[in-house]
Amino acid sequence: MAKKTMIEAIRDAHHIAMEADEKVVVFGEDVGYFGGVFRCTAGLQEKFGKARCFDAPICEGGIVGAAIGMAAYGLRPCIEIQFADYAYPAYDQIVSEAARLRHRSGGQFTAPMVIRMPTGGGIFGGQTHSQSPEALFAHVSGLKTVIPSTPYDAKGLLLASIEDNDPVIFLEPKRLYNGPFDGEHDKSIVPWSKHDDAEVPDGHYTVPLGKAKIVREGKDVTILAYGTMVHVAKKTAEDQGIDAEVIDLRTLVPLDTETIAQSVQKTGRCVVVHEATRTCGYGAELVSIVNELCFWALEAPVERVTGWDTPYPHSQEWDYFPGPKRLGAALNQIMEA
Amino acid sequence: MTDTGRSYLHVPEPSFRPGDKPTFDEMIIPQAGAVRRPPVDVHPDDIQDLARTIIRVMSSDNEAVGEWAASLTDEEALEGLKDMMRLRTMDARLLRAQRQGKTSFYMQALGEEAVACAFQKALEPGDMNFPTYRQQGLLITSGYPMTSMMNQIFSNSQDPMKGRQLGNLYSSKEHGFFSISGNLATQFVQAVGWAMASAIEGNDRVGVGWIGDGSTAEGDFHAGLVFASTYQPPCVLNIVNNQWAISTYQGIARGNAATFASKGLAFGLPSLRVDGNDYLAVHAVAKWAIERARKRLGPTLIEYVTYREGAHSTSDDPSAYRPKDEADGWPLGDPIERLKGYLIAKGVWSEDRHAQMASQIEDEVAAAQRESEAIGTLLEGDKPGPRDMFEDVYEEMPPHLREQFAQSLKEAGEG
Repeated sequence: MAKKTMIEAIRDAHHIAMEADEKVVVFGEDVGYFGGVFRCTAGLQEKFGKARCFDAPICEGGIVGAAIGMAAYGLRPCIEIQFADYAYPAYDQIVSEAARLRHRSGGQFTAPMVIRMPTGGGIFGGQTHSQSPEALFAHVSGLKTVIPSTPYDAKGLLLASIEDNDPVIFLEPKRLYNGPFDGEHDKSIVPWSKHDDAEVPDGHYTVPLGKAKIVREGKDVTILAYGTMVHVAKKTAEDQGIDAEVIDLRTLVPLDTETIAQSVQKTGRCVVVHEATRTCGYGAELVSIVNELCFWALEAPVERVTGWDTPYPHSQEWDYFPGPKRLGAALNQIMEA
Repeated sequence: MTDTGRSYLHVPEPSFRPGDKPTFDEMIIPQAGAVRRPPVDVHPDDIQDLARTIIRVMSSDNEAVGEWAASLTDEEALEGLKDMMRLRTMDARLLRAQRQGKTSFYMQALGEEAVACAFQKALEPGDMNFPTYRQQGLLITSGYPMTSMMNQIFSNSQDPMKGRQLGNLYSSKEHGFFSISGNLATQFVQAVGWAMASAIEGNDRVGVGWIGDGSTAEGDFHAGLVFASTYQPPCVLNIVNNQWAISTYQGIARGNAATFASKGLAFGLPSLRVDGNDYLAVHAVAKWAIERARKRLGPTLIEYVTYREGAHSTSDDPSAYRPKDEADGWPLGDPIERLKGYLIAKGVWSEDRHAQMASQIEDEVAAAQRESEAIGTLLEGDKPGPRDMFEDVYEEMPPHLREQFAQSLKEAGEG
């Protein structure tokens, strides 16, 4: 078993899926000859030919719309939107079409497709290279929304998503592409090669959709996290000496409420953390679910640590990003309550 | 008054509003047979003029003339006449059913019957239409059971869409009719994607995109043209220019700045403009474009010039924005009357036989309606249940939907 970066793991998943099933096609802006601006599709066109992996016009609505038509034909498109920040021109096709096709046609037509998009901040990406729009997809019935935090999960979840018969929004935290990031932005970067979760088995395996993972066991408080914030949560718990149980949700829809409920019933406390803006963010849904399922076990109000309700800034990156300092303060506060 | 030089906003207006006497004098209509029929492998640059004229076959003397004539046998043309009559009869009955409160909503294709009916006649099984809500003629012509259409309109327990969709938003994979969405233009680029899949698979199945004049203003129209032009898949892209987008005349979508067909020229697409009320012309052009697609010669854009004779929908009153008698002045006439006139002039049809067929069709449609209403209408009879609402959101019902389904049954006192 070799260590891989998240980019290499995603690329590996593409190779395996395309070898296993000739119905899998890959396209998007710059994904063909060049291999993607983040190198996630490098080598695919050379190996599988231009009919299986190709460049697309800069037209997100067209990319998603064409993929829906292909999926209706019987292919399994795995397409890329260059940044999640640029998914909005395709939002009509995603929400009104891909998500509803099975339901509105009485099951006659389906959209087995994956829409990959790099997401999240922490990279000085400013307003349009840092957003976390997962709530906009999680809110839409008919979509599955997935976000990995490690190379191992990225490969297994992407293979599971490509094999799934429903449309999947696959959000890739670009801050984690080359190495884990715990929010300590002033320290040197640790590459994936020095991290246990970068052990990626060769060949085919899947990580099931709809299943969360306890990445740190603890008994005092539950932290619900996904994407980059999983690493921030683990680091913060260690630094604060708080015995927190950290859950990596991995799939936002369908959500693994069982794992969440079991944990919060054990700890009696819960902090939700995400990079996305607060109001109507996915955290609101998590807080609501924890309150519904665990109200009588709670010893303190459920806390949310999130990005502020502002557009993602450039120079104020680290005032915006919910790093260890802000999460640590919330953890200490909830432990005192 | 002198020009003060002050800037102003140009807002196009139709020539006629309620109370005005409508004429279509400004419309340039070539004689039937006047426009040439190029070979299907023609270079698109060599037929740019075809985007700015109107291909017509049936003359005012009820003759089929010119190079586009004779794409159909008399028998096939008669079938086409019957298809159009069945569609018009069904439309009239369902319009009445909506007024009687048996359903919430209906949309007619009055005056546009030739476009969908003749196009479908040129397709083969395995091809796929991506229609709008006004191409019911595709289903009629492909032999889809009328009772199934009515079950969808009435949202009863036999509705193939299980009561989930507003009336007219049909779907039949078997009949090459993609699921209709309420969101305009989305299907235009999906048709191109479907055709790209056909090309990727090495097949010659043809994808057909449909869009109205108003919806060409949507971004997905542009996306469809770009993708069709870039990847050259086997597709035909159809624009039905019926002059009106609800209350908005086609000039607002810039049908006056250039013909809708000519919008394909910058993309290097062969672009044709055809008399949409001429069944024979529509069929001939459809056949040409489909043959091109199937021979891997690339996509074609076609504009059908027609007129929306009826209201936009049962929720619309056109007398509020256009002259009541505007349809009477429409210079391309009525598609059913024109095909009927042609067949009679040819001696293969007669007024008597026509009246007899009209009566047969009336009976057939009435029988279908009785059958459908016996199953149920929107408010009465056998209807889809809550399970039909929760199923098919995903392939398998996830835990949160299973919980909500159970809760809905409990709230309904059935849990």
